[in-house]
Amino acid sequence: MTGRRRVVGTPRRRVDARAKVTGQTRFADDLLFPRMLHGKLLRSPHPHARIVRVDTARAAAEPGVHLVLTGASFPIPYGVLPVSHDEHALCPDVVRFVGDPVAAVIAADEATAERALDLIDVEYQPLRTFASPDDSLAHPEPRIHEYGDEGNIHKIVALQFGDVDEAIASADHVFDDVFFFEGSTHLPLEQHACVGLRDPDGKLVLYSATQTPHYVHRALAKTLQLPAAHIRVIATPNGGGFGGKSDPFNHEIVAAKAALLLDRPVKICLTREEVFYCHRGRHPVLMRFRTGVTNDGRITGIDLQTLLDGGSYGSYGVASTFYTGALQTVTYQIPRYRFRGCRVFTNKPPCGPKRGHGTPQSRFGQEVQLDKIAERLHRDPADLRLQIVAPPDSLTANYMRVGTIGLDECIRRVVARSGWTEKFRTLPHGRGVGLACSSYLSGAGLPINWNDLPHSGVQLKLDRSGGVTAFCGATEIGQGSDDVLVACVCEVLGVAPEDVRAVTGDTDLTPVDLGSYSSRVTLMMGNAAVQAAERARTILAEAVAPKLGVPRDRLTFADRRVFDSADPAAGITFQEAVIVAEAAFGTIGTTGSYTPPASAAKFKGGGVGPSPAYSYTAAVVEVEVDPDTGWIAVPRVWIAHDIGQAINPTLARGQVEGSVYMGLGEALMEEQVFRRLPPRLSQALVHKFPSILEYKSPTSLDMPEIVTELVEHPDPAGPFGAKEAGQGPLLPIMPAVANAVYDAVGVRIDEIPITPEKILKALAAKASGKPARTGPDAFPDIRWPEALLVAPPWEGGDGRASNAPRRRSGRKVDAGIEASAGVRR
Amino acid sequence: MTDRLRLTFHVNHEPVDVLVDSSKTLLEVLREDLQLTGTKHGCELGECGTCTVLVDGGPVLSCLLIAAECEGRDVATIEGLAEHGRLHPLQEEFADRGAAQCGYCTPGILLTAKALLDREAHPSRDRIREALSGNLCRCTGYTQIIEAVEAAAARVANADEVPS
Repeated sequence: MTGRRRVVGTPRRRVDARAKVTGQTRFADDLLFPRMLHGKLLRSPHPHARIVRVDTARAAAEPGVHLVLTGASFPIPYGVLPVSHDEHALCPDVVRFVGDPVAAVIAADEATAERALDLIDVEYQPLRTFASPDDSLAHPEPRIHEYGDEGNIHKIVALQFGDVDEAIASADHVFDDVFFFEGSTHLPLEQHACVGLRDPDGKLVLYSATQTPHYVHRALAKTLQLPAAHIRVIATPNGGGFGGKSDPFNHEIVAAKAALLLDRPVKICLTREEVFYCHRGRHPVLMRFRTGVTNDGRITGIDLQTLLDGGSYGSYGVASTFYTGALQTVTYQIPRYRFRGCRVFTNKPPCGPKRGHGTPQSRFGQEVQLDKIAERLHRDPADLRLQIVAPPDSLTANYMRVGTIGLDECIRRVVARSGWTEKFRTLPHGRGVGLACSSYLSGAGLPINWNDLPHSGVQLKLDRSGGVTAFCGATEIGQGSDDVLVACVCEVLGVAPEDVRAVTGDTDLTPVDLGSYSSRVTLMMGNAAVQAAERARTILAEAVAPKLGVPRDRLTFADRRVFDSADPAAGITFQEAVIVAEAAFGTIGTTGSYTPPASAAKFKGGGVGPSPAYSYTAAVVEVEVDPDTGWIAVPRVWIAHDIGQAINPTLARGQVEGSVYMGLGEALMEEQVFRRLPPRLSQALVHKFPSILEYKSPTSLDMPEIVTELVEHPDPAGPFGAKEAGQGPLLPIMPAVANAVYDAVGVRIDEIPITPEKILKALAAKASGKPARTGPDAFPDIRWPEALLVAPPWEGGDGRASNAPRRRSGRKVDAGIEASAGVRR
Repeated sequence: MTDRLRLTFHVNHEPVDVLVDSSKTLLEVLREDLQLTGTKHGCELGECGTCTVLVDGGPVLSCLLIAAECEGRDVATIEGLAEHGRLHPLQEEFADRGAAQCGYCTPGILLTAKALLDREAHPSRDRIREALSGNLCRCTGYTQIIEAVEAAAARVANADEVPS
């Protein structure tokens, strides 16, 4: 059955390419239905206020208005994580950020709905605004939410793997650095949109631009109190997601409810400004790395603290918090490790998962600090990293299981391709190179809703036409998941991509796949697809073998034929094979599913970080910095990504280069930031620039030349050896830029984004004899809980905690937390 | 109610005669009145380039153009780029080279690129980057898009020089 691969590994036009280049891909807002109405949400102008009264009478009386809804219609809360069901489709009593929805109008057209919004009278009683983590730490009251670990702290965690204090105290050098990573948003070009309707049987259907139809399905069943089996969620192809369409959203639930009440299709398409309010983007993170290092460049221990500005709701925040400390150990040997993380609520749009989910911020700090370590030890940063790369097939101090690791090869490749050795510390003043590395998950090892069910399922239908249909709940967000599904099926069954139809992201038609997030789809859906296809191949082989008079294990499926591998001329077409099998066994259908292996991390909080396989990346960035203006240009980037095996190298390269692009945006310009309106207005805390024009992102003129290398050593956990490519390659870009700026002009920018202003400030500090640095001064004194103590594997640990810290008095126990994957085991 | 306006113009070489709200933009008329939803929108404020169509051969942000301005003019949308069932070389190359990921910016970028190739047979890489700089793409990092435009330019030039 083995032999040359026909589909996997060959650069190829993606299966949905024609639809995309002809404009025929149907995005949510492209859906038009007879009698369709349009909805608009009324959003709070206050960052934090109690809703005293909502009067909808005037709006309801407006001609063309069909329905006005308020929070009273949505008493049941929801949220993506079971531990933080803290959102309502429309706020019933409190608004928590400028943009929080309080009412909705459904009307004949958008203009009428918008006009009617102005006729809704809402009386607010303003509450104290929490604008920063410092505010939220200093003032436990009023609480933004009635749940959470303490006051306005949503989540505070402490994990310790071995005696870190001893490890750092005994080190030859101790590095103590504070870094800040500003928040940024996904900015998908497609604004969120959805259409709710009743199907002819009266059941609810919701089409939505969502990365996670399964979680939207759950949220609708809960909030609308309908049997899940009577709700159909169809994920339309997403016009970009990047994590921003991974939560169930207000407008989805409102459109669904309105469609049920009115028995007419109801569309809600958000404006660009509203997309900035939906957010769920990168958490602003302040972090402190204390790292012990020996004279020969080995790390003795890392003590990491992170403080996350979570914004106004939970979203994925509990997981995000753990992610800021989960993956430090999978790149380099770190014998002892302590991680303490704290996520606070503030009155801003909620933060959540953006490409890299919680890990890019601390990866930035770690990789910049490694650059400082190399500098102090007079070591080449590439050599230093090569010396401490984590070993393959090993457990880390925090019980992440590293399988294959191509990080050393990634480093060697970018060093060779970039001419690193000739350039580092030798380029003229104003030009520099920087290197950084990273790792990312190929899917989370534990599900969000903790259960023993598969994370991904695939069904195949084969029929006498010779065509194959592959059904899977996975969601096409541009990354090419439909193409991966088809490629995996083709490779096993020996058919061509154009013979396979992918039906995806439809909760009525397709088996559950948890969604397009955490870089899980290629590995999980791919494995499920391979299993389903292998089962189909077995059925076909059983029917074909006697017909050809060939033993089953000698049959090859390739080139749309089934033939004797010993005598390729002896065979039949794939279509004939299906007909033979259908005649022998009846209708041919198979299933496949994938459940990740059990995690080695048995401690509470160990549910975040484990993955069936980790991808690895190394990047070298070259910069040109004008010392007079601080202006930074990036002419070239070299990046090598350990993908295991590229399913479609054209798409894999696109994921890597798209990551470089988005990483450069974060490194140099993208900021989701806020300001106070002047006192003569409301003084409200508002988004500084909720528009594409002023939220700067790189254009085609800003993009460097990118040299992309795919490192392919198949990982046994992945389909055909494949690991992820969509997120990991973003991570090294930001620290590599910072390290390159240091190489160019000798100043440290310990903060993202790196702007000309910050460079000039650091250059000025350097000129006046002060530390040549721009960055945060200190990490606040946080009252951490007692750490959960887990001995590392090499100190006799078994992945369990040796203590069970008592919760501090006054802290509410998180109801249902044990049912959450985010913190289970 | 807003005033209604009779609008006669050409879309993809075909005459169109419609009665539309006078305040509507070309984007709205294309998507809502003509159901040509291949033209997308990302901001409706003229900031992202997603809604680009060609008016009399030149790229225009359809979200900023009042439809009434199009009276008597020729509008080209993505629906008209493939002719006689054959994809335009730009479409072929975008499909083959991974230049369309999510596909949302793709119609606008294809039309912008077509306007460039109609003006210049052999644009340099810098010219391509400049021409596309008003069209944002969040997926690709632009590299595969630029390569696809270059390849399409070569293909168009070859087709012009070597009759098939």
